[in-house]
Amino acid sequence: MPVSKVNSQLVFDALKANGVRLMSALPETWLVHLIRLADDDPDVTLVRLAKEEEGVGISMGAHLAGMKSAMLMQNHGFLASINGIVSGALLYRIPLVMLISDRGSFGERDPWQTEGGAVTESVLNALRIPTMRLDDPARVAYQIRQAQTLAYSSNKPVALLLTRDLMWEES
Amino acid sequence: MTRLDALRAVYDRLDGSAVVTIMGAVAAELQSIGHRPNFFYLQHAMGLASSVGLGIALSKPSLPVVVFDGDGSVLMNLGGLTTLARYRPANLVHVVFDNESLLSVGGFPTATGTCTRLAEVAAAAGVPRTACATTIDEFVNAFTEAQHARELTTLVAKVDAIGPAAFVTDLGLLENRFQFQRYLQTR
Repeated sequence: MPVSKVNSQLVFDALKANGVRLMSALPETWLVHLIRLADDDPDVTLVRLAKEEEGVGISMGAHLAGMKSAMLMQNHGFLASINGIVSGALLYRIPLVMLISDRGSFGERDPWQTEGGAVTESVLNALRIPTMRLDDPARVAYQIRQAQTLAYSSNKPVALLLTRDLMWEES
Repeated sequence: MTRLDALRAVYDRLDGSAVVTIMGAVAAELQSIGHRPNFFYLQHAMGLASSVGLGIALSKPSLPVVVFDGDGSVLMNLGGLTTLARYRPANLVHVVFDNESLLSVGGFPTATGTCTRLAEVAAAAGVPRTACATTIDEFVNAFTEAQHARELTTLVAKVDAIGPAAFVTDLGLLENRFQFQRYLQTR
């Protein structure tokens, strides 16, 4: 499977370096290494979800209890979480660090991902959620740190899009 | 049994616990008995109160957590029961007030009024302790046992489909949220 192990490790290490100790996740192809890394790390609590919106509630509770968390999901998982994001995290001013695999954009071969790829950034913009694309391994650690800083100073969600260039090694 | 009487009957047992409620009648009725800094009312995000409780329980394993949920909310996040069961925090008591209706939005019947039995759903999801109470005595006994059990419990309380006349209180959502966060910082 040509998902980048090296860049998955970069993302995971950056989250850990920023104090993230709870990660919620629902598996998708691009996230397999990240989820395994979280599962294997005794310092990190991995919460495997049935549906991504649960992760909003779990991160809300974790934040109120003083635990830094991150959410790992596909863009369709983000789309499935919107009510929780709006009427939970935005309404109650909760910082969320959402790492969203950006399926369905340029280079996508799976027809079923293409609609989601076309709307993800527009929906994030409509929700006024600050968004950055992670596509350069050299900048991943810096961007994750900056995103988390803004999430906590604004008490609001931020989104980091895990792009094909970062996550997929197929030429 | 009314939900208000059930809440009154266990109110003094909530000292020292982080309490998360769903929106609508449950939030208004608990506030009518008396708001405390350890109470957080999730006034929207329907279905996620148990997930918020799970997040708190996993983050602070030594802190007792009580979630006051409802049948409509649980039905909206049935998958959340499987996640609760999977991580089964020993410090979480999950109470579901089941009035078999969506009372706060007109009283339309939920599936628990016709065929679905939530305590059995929770047990089948893997929640290690479940109970169903239909009287105040049963409820208080089951709640007290759950608090001492040190094992995740889902307690379904069958209650009348009646509630307060109004749901908006003078406690601001963000005031409640930050006060609750500060309470958790002391624990």
